[in-house]
Amino acid sequence: MKKIEAIIRKSRFDEVKEALHQIEVNFFSYWDVTGVGNEKQGHLYRGISYSTSDIQRRYLVVIVSDDFVDKTIETLIEKAKTGDVGDGKIFISNIEECIRIRTGERGTQAIK
Amino acid sequence: MDNALFTANNVWMMLCIALVFLMHLGFSLLEIGLTRQKNTINILFKNFFIICSGLVLYYIVGFNIMYPGDFNGWFSLSEVGLHLPDNGLTADYADAGYTYWTDFLFQGMFAATAATIVSGAVAERIKIGAFMVFSIIYVGFIYPISGSWLWGGGFLSDFGFYDFAGSTLVHSVGGWAALMAVVFLGPRIGKFKGKKIFAIPGHNIPLAATGVFLLWFGWFGFNGGSVLSADPASTSIVLVTTSLAAASGGLGACLSSFLVFKNFDITMFMNGILGGLVGITAGANLISPLESIAIGLIAGLIIILAVKLMDIIRVDDPVGAIPVHLCCGIWGTLAVGLFGNMAGIEQFFIQLVSILTIGGFCCFSASIILWPIKKFMGLRVSSKHEVEGLDIHEHGMDAYSDFSLNQN
Repeated sequence: MKKIEAIIRKSRFDEVKEALHQIEVNFFSYWDVTGVGNEKQGHLYRGISYSTSDIQRRYLVVIVSDDFVDKTIETLIEKAKTGDVGDGKIFISNIEECIRIRTGERGTQAIK
Repeated sequence: MDNALFTANNVWMMLCIALVFLMHLGFSLLEIGLTRQKNTINILFKNFFIICSGLVLYYIVGFNIMYPGDFNGWFSLSEVGLHLPDNGLTADYADAGYTYWTDFLFQGMFAATAATIVSGAVAERIKIGAFMVFSIIYVGFIYPISGSWLWGGGFLSDFGFYDFAGSTLVHSVGGWAALMAVVFLGPRIGKFKGKKIFAIPGHNIPLAATGVFLLWFGWFGFNGGSVLSADPASTSIVLVTTSLAAASGGLGACLSSFLVFKNFDITMFMNGILGGLVGITAGANLISPLESIAIGLIAGLIIILAVKLMDIIRVDDPVGAIPVHLCCGIWGTLAVGLFGNMAGIEQFFIQLVSILTIGGFCCFSASIILWPIKKFMGLRVSSKHEVEGLDIHEHGMDAYSDFSLNQN
């Protein structure tokens, strides 16, 4: 089992969600995050220009069994990519165990 | 005088009272919107304090100082509180325009405005106690004294000064005090570092925009009520010139902002609308619609230049109160000598001398109130409190306690 974390543009989120459902990755969590990155956004307020590197992104966490890892990553890259600086990153790490609270099932059975 | 006409006039004046009252909500929203969320409670608190204390003070002394009847032209306080004159509720009281009670409340609603203007300029760094002391003295005494010089029949009215609804007597009186208070206070932490100027964006532009719409709405009462009756000819032309000046003030600022900063800045647009309104206030009943557009456009340009000037001379005015109320107030008062029925070189100089007289008096009196406050009670919150926010340190609460996006 793997944990796939992805930081993506909010504007790509709906398409990513749709595509994940199509490859039958139906369960994941997400939240909005603020980060600092390479992208700079120019602002002008009352005649004074300033730029901020604080950027708004959406953070997804998907836990999948090993045979789903590759297609999940492919889908994320395909749907979240715009080609501009600031498309985000994907991190993958191992998950030791997964337990469904209702039934006590363990492992890949609990992920579905 | 026809009793029905008296009733109609009085109804219009009472409606205007309600409209001017609503301007206090407009000012509050504008100030909140253009400052940071950590100081929202503080701004609301100041605005409530101003209208509440202003009205009670106007009852105790303000109304009697401002409208003393026969007096020496400089200062008079013959009685305290309200005392209904024998003819106070009859058509004889004010050419059948309104009753004594209406008179008091309409003028009382104006009085607090002067301190509201100061509130915006000193936002985000003044101690609440210091502000309360300042606004009590300024609204209770300085505003009615300078007001009595013209509207109370004092020496400026003998001199020939003309200020229809208060470009100078209300807006500049507040604007001069705002300027002095900001000079005594200094800029907010983070506004100027060395030679660099930093933007400190307001946290809620839609709220500020609501405030500007409400102020425009309230100005129908501010200028419309200053006709002092429901006279069809005067009130209708006043509403037309007021609205056209507001519209052209907004357009003037919008265009100037684009030419100077290459940006359509909404906050400048809003300041421009208010600048146009302040600019028209001195001569709203004297000028033609075309002239009101000219006054508004120039007021819009003044806003952009004055905001830029404030940054250059290192005066930190978060909401643009000084450009709007002081700079456009001066412009509007001078415009009486340039446009409309009273235009002329002599009138222009009468206007100029009167502006300087009121300005000198306001700067002097604001300074002698502010100096001891700064010396003995402190004018400014500690830098820790300023950085963490006045809401939590001066009032012990948050404006949006379980709603927060980005706090900074």
